[in-house]
Amino acid sequence: MSGEKKKRIIKTIKVDLEKCMGCRTCELVCAAFHSTPKYGTINPARSRIRVFRDTLNNVFLPVRAGAYARAECDGRQTYIINGKEYGECNFCNASCPSREWFKEPDSGLPLKCDMCEDDPDLKQPVCVEWCLVDALTYEEREEEVEEVEKLDELEVGLEALVDKYGLDNIVDTVTRMSISENE
Amino acid sequence: MRYAETGFNLEVDLSRGNIEKVESDPKLTELYLGGVGTNAKILWDRVPPEVEPFSPDNLLIFSTGLLGGTLAPGSNRTIISSISPQTNLMGFSMMGGYWAPELKYAGYDRVIVSGKAPDLVYLWINNDKVEIRDASHLKGKSTYETAAIIKEELKEPDAKVLAIGLAGENRVFFSSIESEESSASRLGLGAVMGDKNLKAVVVKGSTDLNIAKPAEFVGECRKVLDYIQYRLDNPIPDVPPILAYIGSPQEMALHDEKWHTISFSWGNANVRRMDFWNDRIAEEWSKTMDQSIQKLIACHNCPVKCRAIIQVPGRQTYVMKCFTKLTYILGAMADDLDFGFDIGSVAQSYGVDGFSAPQVMAFAIELYEAGILTDEDMPGFPSDNKERFYWLLDKMVRREGIGDILADGVYWAARRIGKGAEKYDHNTIKKHEQIPIKLGKLNPLYYLMWATGEKANITQIEGQIPQGPLSKEARAGFVKDWIQLPTGKEEKFKNFILEWGDEGKKFPDWPSPELLCELVDWQETMHYIDDSLGLCAGLSSFPLKPPYHIHNLPLLTSYAAGLDIDEEELWKIATRNRNLVRINNIRRGLRRKDDRPPEDHWKQRLPEYEEKLMDTYYNYRGWNKDGIPTKETLHDLDLDFVYEDFVKRGILKED
Repeated sequence: MSGEKKKRIIKTIKVDLEKCMGCRTCELVCAAFHSTPKYGTINPARSRIRVFRDTLNNVFLPVRAGAYARAECDGRQTYIINGKEYGECNFCNASCPSREWFKEPDSGLPLKCDMCEDDPDLKQPVCVEWCLVDALTYEEREEEVEEVEKLDELEVGLEALVDKYGLDNIVDTVTRMSISENE
Repeated sequence: MRYAETGFNLEVDLSRGNIEKVESDPKLTELYLGGVGTNAKILWDRVPPEVEPFSPDNLLIFSTGLLGGTLAPGSNRTIISSISPQTNLMGFSMMGGYWAPELKYAGYDRVIVSGKAPDLVYLWINNDKVEIRDASHLKGKSTYETAAIIKEELKEPDAKVLAIGLAGENRVFFSSIESEESSASRLGLGAVMGDKNLKAVVVKGSTDLNIAKPAEFVGECRKVLDYIQYRLDNPIPDVPPILAYIGSPQEMALHDEKWHTISFSWGNANVRRMDFWNDRIAEEWSKTMDQSIQKLIACHNCPVKCRAIIQVPGRQTYVMKCFTKLTYILGAMADDLDFGFDIGSVAQSYGVDGFSAPQVMAFAIELYEAGILTDEDMPGFPSDNKERFYWLLDKMVRREGIGDILADGVYWAARRIGKGAEKYDHNTIKKHEQIPIKLGKLNPLYYLMWATGEKANITQIEGQIPQGPLSKEARAGFVKDWIQLPTGKEEKFKNFILEWGDEGKKFPDWPSPELLCELVDWQETMHYIDDSLGLCAGLSSFPLKPPYHIHNLPLLTSYAAGLDIDEEELWKIATRNRNLVRINNIRRGLRRKDDRPPEDHWKQRLPEYEEKLMDTYYNYRGWNKDGIPTKETLHDLDLDFVYEDFVKRGILKED
């Protein structure tokens, strides 16, 4: 599969920082949409988009959950906004061990934005749909890209567990669970 | 499973340092919904009338509403209830912002604080981990410094903080409770918090809030959102801009302040400046707006930008909304908006009510100019009004010298000062300072709402109906798409708008007191629904033609909470809650004599007509001549326990 060039629709969410005012609607609707049943629970900690907010310094920055990172970065950047310093973790989209964002609060498993994949397809992701101030807008464009095999949700989750507990422990546990299930 | 609410209260006894997570009775939700309704029931059950506001036995309740934290736009209100030190009645003060939803996500519907901590403390709620923490290092810190220090020491930048400043610590009767974005200002509940030695309540949550009928609920929420967009795009024609939009009055966006500055009263609410607004002022104020406002922002889960981040050189950056932009300017008779924004920063850092504080200071200046207060009382009192305001504010929040007397507000200060100071107290109701507006002819709708409103604050009762007759041309257009009208009253209320202002169709000869009561009932009911559900009045009960109304609110409530509530039932619950606040106040001594508007709010008063209005309203509400709900009324509202209590106390006679 990999290495082959293919036409693909690239889905983009544009973030207009001038327009974002940190109201958290995107967080709520994302968390609700991805709950089971759909919209059945609300818990912004489960959201795949988080808004970094520092109201009094006029900083509002929505961050969409990206890839899972197994380790913290080596060395970090510092940003200065309106004279105040912020660590780059505040604006990073990785689900990583060094902060709470983009992890299931119960299991700690990583969360990643899936652009609200649904059947039938939504016109645009729900965070965009509910952002009346147009801080988030949606764009699709066609691009020729190299197809890379995507990890499915189960695999991403397992990978995180393997990192945390080691492969042997996971295999042992799964074996034990399957035995007790069969008994 | 509980829906829309968590089903848990957090009980905190500061005297004993005891913290308990207590499951609440779902029956309370069916009867009172939540927010102010349930708070009023808790106060009724647990705070008998002998309890003084500054007693450890007084409760301070920080509540969400039933819909708080859900996807319903603007479901973000924090409803704080206690006994007010200023009125000695049930005080309920509310704020938007971000705090209440976070409390829901932490797993609680309300925090009930009792007792009094031996030393200054703050409360840290992080899901099931709740701590009472030392706050001695926060003593005297501003509301903003307090929030910043706490978030830093907890390493929790996303935590939501409610804090008091110096005013609350020193039990100033008009001290507020502040969050970064909002204030709960009215009725001095910051002083109760200060009395309890509670500097701040901090919350962060990551638990699930459940919705009973998700698909139906999200559909209704989306319709509300779409209507918000429609109303933002379609302001109501033919009314002043301030009334044309939804949200809190759009003071932060509007540059043209002609209407307010020439219509409202300056100084101690007794000077009109009809020629104040001119091109030069307009230009200067516009420049100040553009320089000071960093950004317009909204509250939790709301797209309407009612607030502004204000930056003033050399001062704490802060968030302002609504009419506080003007109250200090009007009070000080100042001409420049710079002053308003500057003192706003100081005032919110100290944590005082932006309605009451400037009124108290203007009152003090007037007493000084009348020779009732002298240089002996106020050594070093500056000669410039603006400097006097900073001077007075500082003295009041520290309770130093004359500030100690003024810190109790106009009513109490006037009586302590004496020497005729009482007659300068003309803009309070139930001992609470009011918005500075003085008008000519009596408006009976406003008469009833001012006089009988338990909140002692007109902006938290009015709404739905224009403040005066619309022009002939505008009327048909206004009633055409008036979907908010209650069932069965459509024609009656439409006709009122269509005819109001015609020959022979003017107050007070028209319409009947009965119709006026129905119109007042509608306005009050919508507010009591919001304050129980935790919805922002700016999207609901306050503006004309709001996105939330009596037709979608029962659906939203039922879908979210899994209840089966129709329009009639929701109306009944709101009426029950309105009466529940009333009976708390009746038990604390409130009677007909207290149901009065500000003394000289209208130039022309009509004593006989006013009496008839009150009789009709009391009768409409099912209250006796003294304003006490009758046995039958209490029974109809499932409040029989109140009747028993009232008989025992001799408030009602047994049949």
